[in-house]
Amino acid sequence: MTYRVALQTILFKEIYRFLRIWPQTVLPPAVTTGLYFLIFGTVVGARIGEMGGFSYIDYIVPGVVLMSVITNSYMNVVSSFYSTKFQHNIEELLVAPVPDGVILAGYVGGGVMRGLVVGGVVLAISALFADFHPVHPWAVAAMLVLTATLFSLAGFLNAIFANSFDDISIVPNFVLTPLVYLGGVFYSIELLPDFWREASRFNPILYMINAFRYGFLGISDVPVELAFAMVGILILVLTLAALILLRRGTGLKT
Amino acid sequence: MTPALSIRDLRKTYRNGHEALKGIDLDVAAGDFFALLGPNGAGKSTTIGILSSLVTKGSGTVRIFGHDLDREREAAKRCLGLVPQEVNFNQFEKVIDVVINQAGYYGIPRREARRRAEECLTQLGLWDKRNTVSRQLSGGMKRRLMIARALVHRPRLLILDEPTAGVDIEIRRSMWALLRRINREGTTIILTTHYLEEAENLCRHIAIINHGRIVEHSDMASLLAKLEANAFILELRRPVSALPEVPGYRLELRGDRSVLATVPTELGVHGLFDALGQAGIEVASLRNAANRLEQLFVDMLESSEDDI
Repeated sequence: MTYRVALQTILFKEIYRFLRIWPQTVLPPAVTTGLYFLIFGTVVGARIGEMGGFSYIDYIVPGVVLMSVITNSYMNVVSSFYSTKFQHNIEELLVAPVPDGVILAGYVGGGVMRGLVVGGVVLAISALFADFHPVHPWAVAAMLVLTATLFSLAGFLNAIFANSFDDISIVPNFVLTPLVYLGGVFYSIELLPDFWREASRFNPILYMINAFRYGFLGISDVPVELAFAMVGILILVLTLAALILLRRGTGLKT
Repeated sequence: MTPALSIRDLRKTYRNGHEALKGIDLDVAAGDFFALLGPNGAGKSTTIGILSSLVTKGSGTVRIFGHDLDREREAAKRCLGLVPQEVNFNQFEKVIDVVINQAGYYGIPRREARRRAEECLTQLGLWDKRNTVSRQLSGGMKRRLMIARALVHRPRLLILDEPTAGVDIEIRRSMWALLRRINREGTTIILTTHYLEEAENLCRHIAIINHGRIVEHSDMASLLAKLEANAFILELRRPVSALPEVPGYRLELRGDRSVLATVPTELGVHGLFDALGQAGIEVASLRNAANRLEQLFVDMLESSEDDI
């Protein structure tokens, strides 16, 4: 009961935070992805023709949705938790009898919620441009939640180590964005030269996007089982790392 | 009776090699109003940081109402309320949300949390400001908000780290009244402050920490009894040009109506008044030249410097 109330408090606070500032959190991805669908889907896509047996806009919808989920889950947790550190109000949680797991679950839960809200908005916008009926809804739902969880955890770890606001923008700008764009959002890796196709297989985001696309269209460049296993293992590893760091007080206690 | 706080051989060395605590032993009885004093960098904030789980200790044991901070961390934390030195709430949250969220972290359901938030904010004179975004509060109000937040889970031990630093006299006096009331109602209070007058007025026991060691730990009355002399300012009813010699006392004329008088504890002020009266000098008023504790504090710090 005690921990449930503490978890609800953190979750409520986190959800209220990103909804309160929706012009900064929900609106921009909606506008950006709307432009993606307009330019890449309608204007350029008409000249590209089919990809993987589907119209180009239908092909890119899953990747664009998941791209928004990845970015927003990560950014929500990294910015919220780092701000909490920066303003020292993390002390409110550290002084209170809140277990490390509850702190982690609260912030990650907030990140997942923002990922799902933004993913839902982007999906709704995509319905204006594309015609899709998920082939495997379970795969869509599962990969959506798992990806949001994984990148919320990654954002949490980034925030733990961050010592300045610069530190919370380095990973999203210089690691996350390239990996997402090179992760098969806009193309099938089968179109790449051998070297780049094999190199792409080391990009974990490729597996998530393809598993998500499998849920929508029933096609994937990689084994779907491998994609789910990889995401599951990464979630376990990052959860363990975050709990150990919280236990040690890394970045939070002196 | 289980002490509110029991510290044994507490040590802390920071990563930069600074040894902030060199083996502290400290006991605070339940219901006490306790002052922890020391100059900047003496180890007060490190001690409070360890008690409130914001600083990791090197070694030693801490028990809060008998709960070991290592083995029964959550039970120990439930007993403790902290009012930190610096503002540390989310300044973008409304006043009431700051208090309700803190109650939530202690597992208090939202309906009950709201009721308690109203109680605490009313007690601190902030209920009218409940819907104000907290960054818009004045400095004194922010400090009161931190006290309200610390009280919402009804801690048995309240630690206040320089709660009246930078607030005006009026607010300071009202905070003293509030802290006295909280203490009377059964909450043990540990206070750090640079205003020694504050410690003398409020606290029954005192510890002085310097260079990571406790250099004095006693009750306030015994400590003040160690004073060998008190200094007073006497305001005279009529101007004088010179003062008589009064055996045992040291008198220094300041201007023509003020006298700085050093009065040995064993002689008291009555003998001085009699001597001045016989010389035709009438005293209109008398006040302490300096806070009594301040003189002791300086003496003790100086003697602890000599021991190093």
